[in-house]
Amino acid sequence: MSAHLPENRQGLSGMAIAAREAPAAVLPPRPAPDIWRHQHVLDLDDFTVEEIELVMETAGAMKEVLARPVPRVPTLRGTTVITLFYEASTRTRSSFELAGKILGADVINIAASSSSVSKGESLVDTVLTLQAVGADILVMRHSRSGAPYLAARHTRASVINAGDGWHAHPSQALLDLFTIRSYLGDARGRKVLIVGDITHSRVARSNLWGLTRMGAHVTVCGPPTLLPVGLEGPQGAEAANELDRLPPVEIETDLDRAIKDADVVMTLRLQFERMQSGLIPSIREYCNLYQVTAKRLAKARPHALVLHPGPVNEGVEISLDVAHGTQSVIEEQVANGVAIRMALLYLLSRAKA
Amino acid sequence: MPEKLIMSPEDVRRAIVRIGHEIVENNRGCKDLVFMGIETRGVPLAKRIAASIADFEGEEIPLGTLDIGLYRDDLDDMGLVQIKPSDIPTNIAGKRVVLVDDVLYTGRSIRAALDALISYGRPGRIQLAVLVDRGHRELPIRPDYVGKNIPTSRQDDVQVRLTETDGSDAVVLITAEGE
Repeated sequence: MSAHLPENRQGLSGMAIAAREAPAAVLPPRPAPDIWRHQHVLDLDDFTVEEIELVMETAGAMKEVLARPVPRVPTLRGTTVITLFYEASTRTRSSFELAGKILGADVINIAASSSSVSKGESLVDTVLTLQAVGADILVMRHSRSGAPYLAARHTRASVINAGDGWHAHPSQALLDLFTIRSYLGDARGRKVLIVGDITHSRVARSNLWGLTRMGAHVTVCGPPTLLPVGLEGPQGAEAANELDRLPPVEIETDLDRAIKDADVVMTLRLQFERMQSGLIPSIREYCNLYQVTAKRLAKARPHALVLHPGPVNEGVEISLDVAHGTQSVIEEQVANGVAIRMALLYLLSRAKA
Repeated sequence: MPEKLIMSPEDVRRAIVRIGHEIVENNRGCKDLVFMGIETRGVPLAKRIAASIADFEGEEIPLGTLDIGLYRDDLDDMGLVQIKPSDIPTNIAGKRVVLVDDVLYTGRSIRAALDALISYGRPGRIQLAVLVDRGHRELPIRPDYVGKNIPTSRQDDVQVRLTETDGSDAVVLITAEGE
């Protein structure tokens, strides 16, 4: 365990200890990873266990960099990272920006509203322009599912999906997994409950892939109107639309039953426009049935973690005391987000070299 | 490929003990010494040198590990290198830090290690201990303690094998075919 890592609460040390107790016999060869095959990070559905492990280990090392008095390394000198956001964001955009800067990259932020997009420039033209000015890595958020896939087909740069419509948000799912592992050591066999609007949540979808791949038992819970059809219908390769595919998970509509013995309770943001579109009868009824409260949390495992991708509607999907309670790791998720995004930038830039 | 044994387990043991003695003599004791092993094989080497010094001096020297992956300038040739967290045991400002590595070759790893180390503070003095110096420096870097000098051709490969990482101790020279 590094002397520079803050020992806040039991968890952080957990992972470092696990890493240290790795078999002393034969260390993996250093200039190894043929493991990593990705030019882009678009979703976790095509990530192998080994690739996810590599991201976790790299992020662990990045966390040590973040804990230094001057967190700055020269690793990505000469690399240009451009963030292209067609949708508002605070934590995702700023953590990618910070991650790039800590690694010594040049970071340029572009908000669609203030770019030529507002003059009618197409997505492909924008991507080609950014490639021409020298983007090595393009971090992209778009309100349409699949937009980063289109971008990736038209550029030599690496594309990181920072959220596309209802579809995927891989870096968020990786930081959730990293946070869970730092407390529980391993996600394998753990019961992870995802509560709320699953249908419209790209965070939930990417987490379903990441968590099931790493061996967690995932249960989703929410009103039937907010559970995606893909969960019950054709799964895997049989789904008609590639973006509708989902891994098999437990489905539950009663939160009190679903939360029993959970190791991790992941709450999702309830978007108010869903209520207006008639998917739930009223916010009050939603709160009664699906709010994660201290009373409900008591049915989970004693040290169950509470996660939320933010921004939090306190008193809606989660009660105030739980959001700020001792079991909440919401703030740490944000901090871990920087380490995960550093790891992704590092892995993508090196894989290309 | 022809493989030649350059150091036996006993040679490795003796070299480590000798380096320990030289470090203590050169620094007039163990005061303010810190060992930093460079991942991967520098780490067990640093541990063994420290253990040997603990044997004959009765002093425990703080021991850390340094991962230089984030500081290398030759990564483009190496492709993807796995990064591990470094572990700095104590505030290194003003200390006498001994960097420990297995093979000294071009000097580029050591340059990266110097950068990495200095990002944690300003040591009073930095020294370098290596088990094998095989020559062919590309940078003005000179070791303070050497287990064995091995003249090599650039096409050769020198492998340090240690029990902790490879199952047994040995240093072998692998000569390129047709040489």
